[in-house]
Amino acid sequence: MIGIGILKGMAVTARNFVGSYFEKERLITVQYPEERNPLPENYRNFPFLPYDGDDPHAGLRCVACKICEKECPPQCIYIVKSEDKKPDYMGKPQFYPAVFDIDISVCMSCQICVEVCPFEAIKMDKDFELSRRERFDALLLRKSDLAKSNEYYQRICPTDAAEVDAKLAAAAEAAAKKKAVSAAAATAATSPAR
Amino acid sequence: MSKSIDQIFISAKQWLLSWLTGAPDWVIQVASSLINIFTLLAVFLTLFALMSVLERKILGRIQNRYGPNRVGPFGLLQPVADGIKMLIKEDIVPARADKIVHFLAPILIAAAAVLALGVIPYGRNMTPFTIDGGILFFFAVGSTTELAVFMAGWGSNNKFSMLGAMRAIAQMISYELPLIITVLPVVMVVGSLNPDAIVAAQNGYALGLVPRWFVFTPWGATAFILFFVSGLVESNRTPFDVPEGESEIVAGHMTEYSGFKYATFFMAEYIGMFAITGLAATLFLGGWHSPMRALEFLPSYVWFFAKLSALLFVYIWLRGTLPRTRVDQIMNFAWKFMLPMAFTCVIAAAVWHYAGRGLRGWLWSLVVIAIVYTALSILLDARRKFAPRTYRFAE
Repeated sequence: MIGIGILKGMAVTARNFVGSYFEKERLITVQYPEERNPLPENYRNFPFLPYDGDDPHAGLRCVACKICEKECPPQCIYIVKSEDKKPDYMGKPQFYPAVFDIDISVCMSCQICVEVCPFEAIKMDKDFELSRRERFDALLLRKSDLAKSNEYYQRICPTDAAEVDAKLAAAAEAAAKKKAVSAAAATAATSPAR
Repeated sequence: MSKSIDQIFISAKQWLLSWLTGAPDWVIQVASSLINIFTLLAVFLTLFALMSVLERKILGRIQNRYGPNRVGPFGLLQPVADGIKMLIKEDIVPARADKIVHFLAPILIAAAAVLALGVIPYGRNMTPFTIDGGILFFFAVGSTTELAVFMAGWGSNNKFSMLGAMRAIAQMISYELPLIITVLPVVMVVGSLNPDAIVAAQNGYALGLVPRWFVFTPWGATAFILFFVSGLVESNRTPFDVPEGESEIVAGHMTEYSGFKYATFFMAEYIGMFAITGLAATLFLGGWHSPMRALEFLPSYVWFFAKLSALLFVYIWLRGTLPRTRVDQIMNFAWKFMLPMAFTCVIAAAVWHYAGRGLRGWLWSLVVIAIVYTALSILLDARRKFAPRTYRFAE
């Protein structure tokens, strides 16, 4: 009979219409600014520079080696190496970036900078609420905007951060041991001469 | 008490006109008309604003979403935001357009839609303009819409506009026929083209219980459904929105319109929808009569607008349910199904009348309609023509 299919379809939509008022699980909409879904752990958008301890300058892991700047496909990273040196987490004197800028209007979130960094000094952030009223300076993140504490990194990516922390601790320990050994060797080497 | 509430708008108008006592007759007549016009526009533009937000909310709920809920309480101020947005948009006229036709089309389409509202009885003694040939006037004005649509399509000098306008003309003219023929049985049975007389003829209750609305007779029910579907096509609503199918021809005849002119088209579409549903309620659903004697204490206009809202809800419901039909499907449906069924309604109404307008007539007209409907269902069943679909690889 003509019209039976239409009636069946209308029954389906009527069930949706009435049901959406009584069954909350039917509504999949998240009312965004008030409520939000947790981000997946592997979510990433733009890079940031984690620092150890409390001081963004002293704790910054970056040694201004410029590998990320060279590898960055859209070339959105700009680094100027410092004149002087500061001790890194192992106590070794290292250069540090006097200027570290990332233009996030150019960045394509490819994570290559993170993968090439030998110092675990650049990681991907999850802050996506970046709308600005101006599209040049406001979207050019300076070193002060990019430096974020290691606690922040541990909070946004717990698994990766734990791995990185373990690796850095092991490296520091190895370095300390080596230092102790070489110091002992140095004393051993120098003592006969004395 | 209920009597005075029922006539409250009439009394208000009388009170306003009492300021003019002593003025010449024509002044009073013009003032009376102006009051009617302003009331009509105020009521239906408010209804348009309300409808535009409620439609989005209902469609949202049908799709398990919330719909607009940000502007004002429950999103009810959304039409204000939409209106401001439309007003401050740039009004673009294509360089090669026929400027005059392009400019006149939205005005004409809105004027036609508003004019059609004037002859509908909204309550007891509440017909804005009583015309003896009111139904005729309604359809005469309603067909002007087609001209306006074609003006918009032609004046825009755009291929999409032209295609959309031609599709609109094709479907509107095809469905004008069933639309008007389904009104015929009502006019035949009542013996008048006056909407007030048609409403008056549906007064009272059969067996003291069922209201004597035409929709409760077999021919009336069939004619009502046919009228409703034709009205759906006339107002270019989904599932018959091929003239403005976004995925095919951008926005049809409205492609080259922006800003307030586009809003005017939008408004005309909705006002036309109110007019056609209002006429459906008048012709088949007893106009402003209440469905039960016990409920007659409610004012007549409340009943009219309740019926109007119910029909508009079905419009939105259909829009949320059905996908867009193809042009050939629309045409086939009009000429092969709607038109024969519309003529059957005329015959069934005649049978009902000559079999004594009682139970016997009721059954006989049902038989006539059932025979034609079954025959058409068998004849038009497209499923028999195809072998069952077989899949070679997918299962």
